[in-house]
Amino acid sequence: MIETGKKLRRLSACVGLLSLVVLAATCAPQDKTIRIGVFSSLTGNTATFGISSKYGIQMAADEWNSRGGLLGKPIELIIEDDQSKPEEAALAITKLINQNKVSAILGEIASSRTLAGAPIAQRAGIPLITPASTNPKVTKVGDFIFRVCYTDSFQGVVCARFAVQKLGLKRLAILKDIKNDYSIGLADYFRQNVQALGAQIVTEESYSEGDTDFRAQITSMKAANPEGIFIPGYYTEAGLIAKQVAEQNLNVRLIGGDGWDSPRTVEIGGAAVEGAFFCNHYSAEDTARLVQDFVAMFKKKHNEVPDAMAPLSYDAANLLFAAIQSAGSAEGHAIRDAIASTKDFPGVCGSITIDAERNARKSAIMLQISGGKLKKYDVIYP
Amino acid sequence: MEQFVQQLINGLSLGTIYALIALGYTMVYGILRLINFAHGDVYMVGAFFGYYVARFISTQLGYVPSMLNFFLVLAASMAGCAILGFVIERGAYRPLRRAPRLNALITAIGISLLLENLGQLVFGADPKDFPNLIPRTTLSIGVLTVSNIQLIVVATAIVLTLGLEFIVHRTKMGTAMRAVSFSGDAAGLMGININRVISFTFVLGSALAAAAGILVGLYNPKIDPLMGIMPGLKAFVAAVLGGIGNIPGAILGGLIMGTAETFTVGYLSSTYRDAITFVILVAVLLFRPTGLLGTPARSKF
Repeated sequence: MIETGKKLRRLSACVGLLSLVVLAATCAPQDKTIRIGVFSSLTGNTATFGISSKYGIQMAADEWNSRGGLLGKPIELIIEDDQSKPEEAALAITKLINQNKVSAILGEIASSRTLAGAPIAQRAGIPLITPASTNPKVTKVGDFIFRVCYTDSFQGVVCARFAVQKLGLKRLAILKDIKNDYSIGLADYFRQNVQALGAQIVTEESYSEGDTDFRAQITSMKAANPEGIFIPGYYTEAGLIAKQVAEQNLNVRLIGGDGWDSPRTVEIGGAAVEGAFFCNHYSAEDTARLVQDFVAMFKKKHNEVPDAMAPLSYDAANLLFAAIQSAGSAEGHAIRDAIASTKDFPGVCGSITIDAERNARKSAIMLQISGGKLKKYDVIYP
Repeated sequence: MEQFVQQLINGLSLGTIYALIALGYTMVYGILRLINFAHGDVYMVGAFFGYYVARFISTQLGYVPSMLNFFLVLAASMAGCAILGFVIERGAYRPLRRAPRLNALITAIGISLLLENLGQLVFGADPKDFPNLIPRTTLSIGVLTVSNIQLIVVATAIVLTLGLEFIVHRTKMGTAMRAVSFSGDAAGLMGININRVISFTFVLGSALAAAAGILVGLYNPKIDPLMGIMPGLKAFVAAVLGGIGNIPGAILGGLIMGTAETFTVGYLSSTYRDAITFVILVAVLLFRPTGLLGTPARSKF
């Protein structure tokens, strides 16, 4: 009997403890801060995107916090790593919304991962701003999804005009990543525009993200005798592709999209990416005050020249914080309306006006890799 | 025609890497009837050993890409993985020697997951650039191009395979391996130390996987902790294709897989690349259930 009593007591203690834990978990944390969720690829295939993006957002939050925060409360960033995988991105967003009860979400650079997370934010009525997902489908998910960069329909025009009109190339090849929404979309816009300009796409080959051997595709492309290859992929693959193109003595112009923007492109590609061009959102060489201030501040903190993901994310975060301030509330619908009415917001990567499709109209910059550095080559206005 | 020959060169270079990994699968299976699913991850660890040794050499000894560097890195990584293979066998498989075969198989999958996740924890989940061990040059023969790296990959694989053939057929340990493969119990009764033979097999197989890791690092200089999954799976298919337990079969299987994959990507689409691998496997097994060079009897090697 005594034994049973002890057991019972132990059991009830356990149940008590358990219910406390459950209570603590379900209870919304006290609203002493404005919680902003960030989902980002801090590890995995495109880790430099996520890390740069995180730095940009942190810089914006630090500045606002040093000025007294938002609506009288400090900004609290809750940062989730999605390991560069779409399925992890969806999990991260679910956690940010259900568990951390964030007011708004910033993130993802890669369109595939923003697309995986955006429907969840849309359903929950939590505004989401992506700093750099350029695929047009992203903001079509719903009226809570915004972006502060140009779209691939514009980037496709820019790259096609550049290849055909500026470089005078008549025979172009495309090597795209078939598992990636961004890459497929950008390849489509590029093809349409190149053909509209009277040049030819002589061959279109594909790979999957994470591949390391592209020799078969390159050999096939070589047989079609192109003058230039458009590679709308991310930096890891772009560097390896450039190397293997050089290995096969294929002497062509290489052109890429904003997915190339990482210090790793030059690290991996080395001499093989020398002279290649890619379309980007900003140039660290820009003499504008906002750009130079940002670059100087970033260099001081992280000891490197920021790629475009940092200033884009910085802009996205600043725009979001300003919207929350002007909405006067951290409630989803109020924030959404405030973001939607943003006009001429001064950003590092150009002034931002959110249009009816929740996109930003901005100019693009063509960079050339020269001496291992990114040189501003051309600016194309919308 | 030039395109065909160039694709063949590409395919055979890739195939030799599969072949080296397949050798480890086939040897372990021949002796233990165990499919060592952790083998692909040993290959990954081999690549990372090479990465760190190369970085050590470059920072401590002053770094000029040369053949000597390559041999140093190759030897160090093969030694490292040989120890890893020994530890895995000793710690995970030997205690299960008398247990049902399924237990060992599931343990192998467990070890595989352990290595993958430990790899992400220790090495970091983001891909690393494998250092340039040898200065790259490209040789052109007409319109065909062969890089010196491709030649080194193939040459290293041939030397290692010849070495393996020598060990298996010309040494006492090799004879013991073949005896254990034929019948473990009988070999034990004849006074062969079975445990030592099995350990030796793991050591040999893991060292070959490490070599494959270094070669792939040289060939496609991007390595990450999950890089062993797909090549591991394909090398396993290669081993089965050639007749599991059969050494020349593993090499043949590897070369077939590499060329089939390259031709699929070159002439069809990269979408079908991984699918074709398994279609070939199914097709071969339908007509030759024991694989291309496998024999229905239990005589292995």
